[in-house]
Amino acid sequence: MTADATEDLESFRERARSFVRAHLRPAEGSSSSAGLLRADKTDEEELAAVARDREVQRMLFDAGLAGICVPTAYGGRGLTPAHQHVLNDELRDHEHPTRLQSPTFTPCMAVLLEFGTEEQKQRHVPAILRGEEIWMQFLSEPGGGSDVAGALTTAVRDGDEWVLNGSKVWTTGAWWSDWGLCLARTNWDVPKHRGLTVFMLPIRQAGIDVHRIEMLNGSKEFCQEFLSDVRVPDRDRVGEVDQGWTVGTRWMVHERMAFNSPLVTVPLGSGHAGVSGSSMAAIAAAGGRLDDPLALDLIGEAHMLDAVGSALNRRIGEGIATGTMSDQSSAIGRLFAGFASARRTTIGFELAGAAGAAWTDDDGELAERGNDFLMRQVSCIGGGTTEMAANVVSERVLGMPRERTLDRDVAFRDVPRSASHS
Amino acid sequence: MLLALSSDQEFFRGTTAKFLEEHVPVGVLRRLRDDPAGFAPDYWRRGADLGWTSLLVAEEHGGGSISGAGLVDLTVVAHEFGRHAAAGPLVPTNVVAGALSTLGSDVHAGALSGLLSGTSIATWCLAEGPPHDGLGEVRTQIRVDGDELVVDGVKRPVESAAQADHLLVTGRTGDDLTQVLVPRDAAGISITPMHTVDLTRRFFVVSFDGVRVPAAAALGEVGKAAEDVERQLQQALVVVNAESVGALQAAFDMTVEWAFDRYTFGRPLASYQALKHRFADMKAWLEAAHAISDEAAAAVAAGAPDAGRLVSVAKAFIGSYGAELMQDCVQMHGGIGVTFEHDLHLFLRRLTVDRALFGTPAEHRRRLADLIVAQEDVA
Repeated sequence: MTADATEDLESFRERARSFVRAHLRPAEGSSSSAGLLRADKTDEEELAAVARDREVQRMLFDAGLAGICVPTAYGGRGLTPAHQHVLNDELRDHEHPTRLQSPTFTPCMAVLLEFGTEEQKQRHVPAILRGEEIWMQFLSEPGGGSDVAGALTTAVRDGDEWVLNGSKVWTTGAWWSDWGLCLARTNWDVPKHRGLTVFMLPIRQAGIDVHRIEMLNGSKEFCQEFLSDVRVPDRDRVGEVDQGWTVGTRWMVHERMAFNSPLVTVPLGSGHAGVSGSSMAAIAAAGGRLDDPLALDLIGEAHMLDAVGSALNRRIGEGIATGTMSDQSSAIGRLFAGFASARRTTIGFELAGAAGAAWTDDDGELAERGNDFLMRQVSCIGGGTTEMAANVVSERVLGMPRERTLDRDVAFRDVPRSASHS
Repeated sequence: MLLALSSDQEFFRGTTAKFLEEHVPVGVLRRLRDDPAGFAPDYWRRGADLGWTSLLVAEEHGGGSISGAGLVDLTVVAHEFGRHAAAGPLVPTNVVAGALSTLGSDVHAGALSGLLSGTSIATWCLAEGPPHDGLGEVRTQIRVDGDELVVDGVKRPVESAAQADHLLVTGRTGDDLTQVLVPRDAAGISITPMHTVDLTRRFFVVSFDGVRVPAAAALGEVGKAAEDVERQLQQALVVVNAESVGALQAAFDMTVEWAFDRYTFGRPLASYQALKHRFADMKAWLEAAHAISDEAAAAVAAGAPDAGRLVSVAKAFIGSYGAELMQDCVQMHGGIGVTFEHDLHLFLRRLTVDRALFGTPAEHRRRLADLIVAQEDVA
């Protein structure tokens, strides 16, 4: 399809529009807000939703609307972020494969495109774009939290294979996913950043036990994986041995790009970053508070934060794409999204009044706001805490002195570790 | 400030920046504190030569833009005004020049050409005093009497009213809005200076007591000015926002530099994590302020349907988070930050004034809520 290289935005828009109108359903009322993963689906419903996401992704692929900014050599369209933006615009108010965007398209596919071998890219990228492979980040560990380079999951070489042991955590939906991108320690005798290697591995296999974690709101979408003698062929290694932090640094950048990445499809106006200002009006309406000046002030504030967050993401995306901002500037967007989303959650809870404490099935938009509030800090924790982002902004963007650490220039095995975790 | 300026815009920005550095350095701003006008007529005339007053004016009237979107080009000037806490009635003169170009007839041509050349200035009389000082509240009457219009009411705060040659008055004819251009020296006008926090901006109470002008002085049709007033308000907000962001940028840069240079307990301030994290928040708010200011400017310049919404978002955000950012800059400086001797206050003053004019953050949040509730039809 060499014609793609020159497909102009107008004809692309026409093509996207006719596909969207002919094949896609209207978007369901977004109930998963602020990445809070509300517990509003049974497992069967969740699996059906995953299947539909895969199906829609396949339809997009067949229509030439998947992987807009992915090179044609790997099944993409080789077009520009402007084309992706047009697609996002045309998808307004329509369903789209929400579960495939992050972490599958970014950071996982982004990392593969940047560091994968030709063979790895050929094998996985087209499959990802067809909706056949949903990827997870095997990055955080129970003992690590934000200090991802302190990974304890170990990979030991055994001929042409590696044997992995350890545990990863905070994978959203690993129980229905296919592949994991895994950061593991391959050398304990060098400082922590120099002894890491990245691997890819199928999640559904004998050596991996996926445990679903129950969150404060009843959601069981976050998972923890236990890896016991998982054997990974060396050809599934991503990047050089012990050079995993080279990959990891870019991995983190791609992760922070999130919905701002040109690899990600997100319908405009869908309020992916959290509870939208619009729904705040719906909460106030449900509570009969639309003539309360305080409620109106909160509705205005929530909308302000939404709109500013979107504008900021666009600015940072453009800045990074054009080189006027460093890659590390993605931490600015992450930081903003964290506190803005937390504030929106508080506003939703506030607008719910006493229904924030106790609600009935008939309370509509007022319901569940108490649970949202319990989970409020997720927006400041998930994907690297806002404190980590604040370190990146102050140190990497503003150039302020780095925090003192006790794990630099020391063999990783000699670095002090938390007492309660192995 | 736009991430990427065209080479023409960059040249324009550079020229204005250089001019401001030369003509209103901080030493001059400090001296202007006691100047009744707050700027010298020659300074303004030369600024007009640089294009400060022509960007909202159509080419056939002697104006013109650089990029095709004159209001966006004007934000480049406004940003530099903020960065230098510069003197001069940038907001009202441009709003009136734009209104004269868009709505004016032959009788207004002389006034417009004076504004373009910088030999005269104009100001906009929109807001009124408490308790009727809410955003959009207008009680001033503009009555039709034969072939004359009669203005009665009190406007405040009016920027540079005593220096202005022309006053654009927004008033009410019955329930509807009317705008009229009134010479400042017309009989029945009295102008009283107000106190303010800015070193060079001057504000006044302007009373209109049976002020008569020919009916032809009206801008647009009598009783049909609501849309024009809204457009002018949006333009004013865009300029004020861009200026605020410029002031924030200057204050932030100054404070980051201070954090590197200032040592306590043998370490620079910039090495303390408690402070680094505050700087990270400030940087996030600053970039967000740039982003929403530019987005709103583009929307207003294009007359986009969501322009009113975006410009209120920008004013609400920059007014609230920008003010916190600015006060954090003061906090990072410690005691020196609240002295007249240090330069930081020049930007604090400008932001403080800009925050309060053309609607407070709370008023713009209310405008947003009303828009959203109406749009969503949730009521």
